[in-house]
Amino acid sequence: MFDVEKIRNDFPILASKVNGKNLVYFDNAATTQKPRRVIDALVKYYSEQNSNVHRGVHFLSDKATTLYENSRKTIAEFINAGKPEELIFVRGTTEAINLVAYSYGMENINSGDEIMVSTLEHHSNIVPWQILCQKKNAVLKVIPINDDGELDMDAFKKLLNSKTKIVSVNHISNSLGTVNPAAEIIKLSHDAGAVVFIDGAQSVQHLKVDVRELDADFYAFSGHKMYGPTGIGILYGKEKLLDSMRPYQSGGDMIKNVSFELTTYNELPYKFEAGTPDISGAIVLSEAVRYINSIGLDNISRHEHELLEYGTAKLREIEGFRLYGNAKNKASVISFLLEGIHPYDTGTILDKMGIAVRTGLHCTEPLMKRFGIPGTVRASIAMYNTKSELDSLFEGVKKAKRMLT
Amino acid sequence: MEHKPISEIEDEIVNEFSFFDNWEDKYEYIIELGKALTKLDDAYKTDANKVAGCVSQVWLHTAFKDGRLEFEADSDAIITKGLVGLLVKVLSGQKPEDVVAAKLEFIDKIGMKEHLSPTRSNGLVNMIKHMKRSANSYMSSN
Repeated sequence: MFDVEKIRNDFPILASKVNGKNLVYFDNAATTQKPRRVIDALVKYYSEQNSNVHRGVHFLSDKATTLYENSRKTIAEFINAGKPEELIFVRGTTEAINLVAYSYGMENINSGDEIMVSTLEHHSNIVPWQILCQKKNAVLKVIPINDDGELDMDAFKKLLNSKTKIVSVNHISNSLGTVNPAAEIIKLSHDAGAVVFIDGAQSVQHLKVDVRELDADFYAFSGHKMYGPTGIGILYGKEKLLDSMRPYQSGGDMIKNVSFELTTYNELPYKFEAGTPDISGAIVLSEAVRYINSIGLDNISRHEHELLEYGTAKLREIEGFRLYGNAKNKASVISFLLEGIHPYDTGTILDKMGIAVRTGLHCTEPLMKRFGIPGTVRASIAMYNTKSELDSLFEGVKKAKRMLT
Repeated sequence: MEHKPISEIEDEIVNEFSFFDNWEDKYEYIIELGKALTKLDDAYKTDANKVAGCVSQVWLHTAFKDGRLEFEADSDAIITKGLVGLLVKVLSGQKPEDVVAAKLEFIDKIGMKEHLSPTRSNGLVNMIKHMKRSANSYMSSN
């Protein structure tokens, strides 16, 4: 049974007051709040388990190492990876993209090659590829979208060709909530001979992801957007690809032998985890995964979808409400503007009412340009949100409109 | 033309705000101020006049006449425009040295201190910096 009130009790911060009002937190696409067991696991790590990993012979080092590697296993199962070694602990999705762009990209991209992203991408899935293209004299191609915020798959098929070497798109758009047809994109790209990177920062917390069923070459996500700690994330890569890649950063732990003449590198996944990693973050991320599993992603998806439809229908009643992102397959994001009102103004009034939303470009400047707007107000939904919070948002938006018109 | 000192204008604003007992009234005042602010000529909406670090676009144009600064401002967001309007109300018509020295304590007194935080995206801090920098340039040119 999905019991949202019970879930809310798991998140201490949700009981906060903001500007004298009950906090209504709709900035979940930026970062989610943390359940008590994640917070407790973090405290427990530093109280009882703290030690460096993969180094010491002593009891605590062994304990921390075991927890660290068990966490990798738990997260590997969560996305159905073939082996835990295919998961690299990184700081977040941004670092994962940079890692692949610099390591795989620098080795495999040549002059005249093409890298494809989409109009929907977050800056972090544009800029690393752009830099790579500049360095290698390669070409960045962009999959266009339709007015509903869906990828134009016909255009995509036409853009794909033998020069396409990497296709990197998000699974779910952070600005519009569009769920992209990842499996189809991967299949088509593979047929054209390209490897595919899926930015899963907005997806693993909303829908069941199976990297092997998708056949993704690379898949990345961030811990803090899935009820886990900040500063930790995952890069999944197919073993064969990761094996063929050079280390992205160098230092301790990523080496096998070091001499002044020659250094040999460690095997996967350590080759890509130079230096002392975010041990606590890595361990605690599996606690977030266990929490999600205990609720069930199917239940979470169903609840969030119900809220998305409820909230969208309700807000549409407001005259001058303009929704951005009308994809048939959509998750957890209501991105909108009020006619003639700057998103920043709407966000400021909502904040005074204790409602947290994001306003602005959402790190997707090209996408906002595509719609010719200065940004949007974005309410993004998590498992702990309720219909009554959407009612508060509805009242808040009406009030903002009244005050600002 | 009579020129009220900065502190007197600040006191007047603080006095006006003292009649508001909730945030709605305060914001409505600021929104009205934003609406009432004279529209800045498009010719002045240049990159040099643009205040950096704001989520919404803000422009501040400075003129120097008879030893005094005249500020004009605009923004595409109305609350931001109201906030910059407050600054214009206080600092326009003042001598450069007085603008540079102004502590602008009224912002705290009217309960708008939250907008002064450097992490706030409306950049009231940046607007003040921009105005003081302008003032400073007229001081050194004299």
